[in-house]
Formats: sequence, structure tokens, C-alpha cells
Amino acid sequence: MGFLTLDGLTRLYGDVAAVSDVNLSVAKGEFISLLGPSGCGKTTTLQMIAGLVEPTSGRITLDGRDITHEKPDRRGLGIVFQSYALFPHMTVAQNVSFGLEMRKVSRPEREVRVKQALALVQLSSLADRYPRQLSGGQRQRVAVARALVIDPPVLLLDEPLSNLDAKLREEMQFELRGIQQRVGTTTIMVTHDQSEALSMSDRVVVMEQGRIMQVDAPYRLYESPATPFISSFVGKMNRLSGVWRHGGVEIGGRVLACEGAGFSDGAAAVLAIRPEKINLTAPGAGVLDGRVKGRFFLGSAWFFTVETPAGLIGVSLPNSGEEPAREGDQIGLDWSRASARAAEPDGVQPA
Amino acid sequence: MSSARADTTPWLLAAPGALLFTALVVVPLALTLMLSFHVYDAATGVKDAYTLAHYTAILSDSYFLNIFWRTLRLAALTTLICAAIGAPEAYILSRMREPWRSVFLLAIIGPLLVSVVVRTFGWSMLLGPAGLVNEAFRALGLGTVKILYTETAVVIALVHVMLPFMVIPVWTSLQKLDPMVEAAAWTLGASRFTALRRVVMPQVTMGLLSGSLVVFGLSASAFAIPALLGGRRLKMAATLVYDEYMHELNWPLGAAIAILVLVINLVIMLAYQRVVEARAKRTLG
Repeated sequence: MGFLTLDGLTRLYGDVAAVSDVNLSVAKGEFISLLGPSGCGKTTTLQMIAGLVEPTSGRITLDGRDITHEKPDRRGLGIVFQSYALFPHMTVAQNVSFGLEMRKVSRPEREVRVKQALALVQLSSLADRYPRQLSGGQRQRVAVARALVIDPPVLLLDEPLSNLDAKLREEMQFELRGIQQRVGTTTIMVTHDQSEALSMSDRVVVMEQGRIMQVDAPYRLYESPATPFISSFVGKMNRLSGVWRHGGVEIGGRVLACEGAGFSDGAAAVLAIRPEKINLTAPGAGVLDGRVKGRFFLGSAWFFTVETPAGLIGVSLPNSGEEPAREGDQIGLDWSRASARAAEPDGVQPA
Repeated sequence: MSSARADTTPWLLAAPGALLFTALVVVPLALTLMLSFHVYDAATGVKDAYTLAHYTAILSDSYFLNIFWRTLRLAALTTLICAAIGAPEAYILSRMREPWRSVFLLAIIGPLLVSVVVRTFGWSMLLGPAGLVNEAFRALGLGTVKILYTETAVVIALVHVMLPFMVIPVWTSLQKLDPMVEAAAWTLGASRFTALRRVVMPQVTMGLLSGSLVVFGLSASAFAIPALLGGRRLKMAATLVYDEYMHELNWPLGAAIAILVLVINLVIMLAYQRVVEARAKRTLG
């Protein structure tokens, strides 16, 4: 039995299921991400846990207590909203102190705890500012401090980084994760950004159309995605369709070796391989030959699109400090058999 | 050349509005102010001599002071009732879904679409001794209550027409409020009522303030409603001015009353605005 469990949680809007039959068990201290495209039901799920949306059916339990129909002000969860939802007419300290006031914490204790919470998010010097005087990143940290100061059993983060610019987003990822590890609060984060989900979470829950598609550790999710949707949503994935033959996928008369248990010769199959698992070689030296169609410099890496007889293939190379092949060059593509796997064309991975 | 043009352009652009304002507001007001200092003789009318007699007469006569006091009292009461009804109404309105929101908004603005005289006669029919309200009271065994030609009737009708001026600014400031802010208060342990009081209310202060100013100003200078529902004896400032002009034909005295009412109104509204707005500005920016 998990610390926080969702049991058959469903929310209908009219006939449309925003969330259907979500089952999840979260352990104490765990950092879970709900990942999916917009409209996949991840925010609705979070709002049901928060008590802001009433579930149509299903149960939510927290530490063995059924909180399915409890009012949000009785649940005691800490929530960081996408818009931060700071109280604009209160100072930073008053914002953070609000939850303690509601809990009738005495003034001296309140002051101590507000100070600690602000120190945790490194905002001690801005306690008397108003939210409108803060930058986006500072507001976000106030929201985190306000949610954590009440010692919530569970911290809920609703797209906490989406309103920050790219550089700050990256910094806050590590900072949020660091704070969570220091405090040890069970955390559930909603995000549509796969890199956020992968870098911060203990486990990632991928949702699509109101359903949970896969729950796994970030590394396993990336390496063995359960569906083609997940494989292309989490990271990039080349998918080359052909036919299973002689222990590989045959495309255009050439057999490309790959992992694939349970396929019988002649069955339709898709070869799936991540761009960073492919190496560039001299023409003829690799598994497949091709011509560089496009080349993009990403700073830490190069990204190529390569035209091959098997189709257009994306290749990602770490930047080694030397300029690699140019557009129009003939090159070879090579990969190890273990890094490519065969999938069924309709997308269901063989068991 | 170009700099000379740049200097004159703002003046030229402002000129039409300034001219209109001067012709329609400043000049009549200046004429009224001058008129209020003229000597009046009941036999021969306005004379070319100047005097402060009208002002001293007004300020030393309890008849006039009572009417001023009643005007301010009723305007303040109307403002208070409008705030008490209008703020919750605006909150409910902001939480409504279409099409109900439009329907109710129309119902609130409705009174403004009806001519003031027609609307006021409607109230006098409802509130009169043989009106619907008293018939209902009699049917319930409460007997006849005198409502028409009392301050109650005036306040009821004023609240009715002033409500939109309160609801709309409050509603507008609620529209600017992130609905998640209220949800944030709930999740931090605030009850619905506490969240309203501590989080929502402070942020509609500006709307409530501007609504109060408009309602107070319009109520204090209302003419048709006190004239028709207050009757001949229950006078307010505007009806008093009308009487001095049209019945007593003492234009200078009427002008002096009008100027005094204007000054009192202005002082009260500016003071109110300074106090509350300074507070709201400091916290809301």
C-alpha cells in the first residue's frame, strides 16, 4: 500500500473522459512526474488530488485515509500552481505565512518557520517585497516556499517551470529536485516537458487521452518505451518499417540487425532506434549508407538528417570539437544490434 | 520648424476636447458661481450688486442644513447598500457560466435602459398606499405601511438604478484576478469565507472604491427620484436647487446652494479617494 494511492480515478466532462481509470501508488518521499501532451488529463488528475476537481468515480487515499471527497482546505497538501497564484496584495513573508496563520500557528513560531522556508529557497533578503516586484524565478520560489512551509504530506507541482525562460528552467529543475531531496516531501509534478520529467523524477507516469500508458523510472522509460507514442514523446525515435526476416528487419532488400523476440519471418515490423545510438562512419563501413540532408548545430551536439534507402534517419552526435560531415556528404550509418529493436507496426511492443 | 510643430501638435490635438469642456462645463459653472454672489430682490429680481448674503443665509438656516445632511446621508446609505449587494453580486456573476452570465448582466444593467421618469413612476405605483407592495402586506395581515414619499422609497429607487455602477467596476476587477489565487488560499487551509475575505476582497478594493465614488456622486445629485418619490416635503439638494430656481425664482440663492453642494461633494469624494486609493495603490501597484 502506497503513501498516496489513486484507485480507478475517473473524471468525466459530459461524455468525455478527461481522466479514466487512473491507478497509481506513490511511495513516501518519492518524486513522481505526470507527463503527457496538453489535454492528456494530467492536470485534471493533479487537481483531483488537490481537491479542486471532484472525481466522477474512484478513490484517493493518503496515508491510509480516504480523502476522495475531502475539501481542499482540509487535505493540507502543498500546491505550486502554474501561474504561482501568489497573493498580490501580500508581501513575500505574508504569502508564505498565510498557510501557517490558517493553521493557527503562534506568531513567534510563524516567523521562525517563514524564515526557514525563505532560506530554503534562498529568498531571505526579499521577505518584504511584493510579488509584482519579483522576477519569474523568484515568484516561483516564493510559491514553493509557501507550499512547503506548512509541512505538507504531499507537494503538488502544476507545470512549475513552464513560465520561466529556458536557462532559468534548467537551473530551477536541479534546484527544485535538490529542495525536494533535502526536505524529503512526497512530490507529484505535472509537466509536458519530457526532459524535466526525466531529469527530476524517481518515476515518470506517461499519460495519453486520460489514461496511464506507462509508469517507469526515467532511464527505463527512455530505453524501453511501451508504445510508439511514448517512444517519440520521450526523446526522439527513428522508426523504419519493413518485414522481420533472418533476425532483423528487412527494408528494401537489406536486413538491418536488431533485437526482436517473438517475431516470425515475414511479419511486418518496425525498427526503432534512438538518434544518439547511431554512429557516422565512412560509406560502406556501416549497416546502412546514406547522404546527409540536413545538419543542425545544437551546441553540445550535432543533429543530422540522413537520406537512406530505408528512409530519412535522424542522427545525433556529441560535439567532439571537430566539424563532422557536411550537408550532401555520402556517409555510412552504424549501430550495435543491441541498441535497435523491432516493434510491431501498430505499435504494441511484443511481451 | 519641425520642433515648433512638435510643440503645437499636442495643443492642437487637445483643443477640441478642451473647447467642448470649457463651453459646456467651465463657462456655465463660472456663470453660476458669479450668479451666486449677486444681490436678489423679491420685487425687482437679480441686481448688479454683489453680496455673500446667500451663503450666510444657507449656512445659518437649519432648513437648508437639514436638506444637505439628508442628501449626504441618503447618498452614503445608497452607496453602502449598493456595495453590500453589488460586491457579492459581481462575485457570483464572475463565477456564472454563459448564457446565464449575459442574462443576469442584462438584468442588472436593465434599469439604465429605462427612462428615469418611467422607472420612478413604476416605483411609485409599486410602493404607493394601493400599490403591489402594500397589497401584499395587507394580504399577509401586516397592514398598510407608508413607503412612498419617505426616505425609504428614495433609497430603494436609488439603489435600484445605482447598482450597475457598483457591479460593473467590481466585476471588472474580479476578471483581472487569477481564479487560481482563490484556490491557492483554499489549499493552504483557508475556508471559502476566509479566502474571500483575506484574498479576494482586498483585490476588488479598487473596483469597490471607484464604484462607490460614482454611486455616491450620482446619488447625491439625483433629481428625478427624490422629486417623484420623496414628494414635495422630502427634499434633497438637487430638488432644493430646482425649487429655488423655478418656484421661488431666487436664482442667486439656487446658484449658491448648487455651488455649496458641488464643493461639499467634491471635498468628500476627493478625501475618500485619497485615503482609500493610497492604501490600495501601496499594496496593488
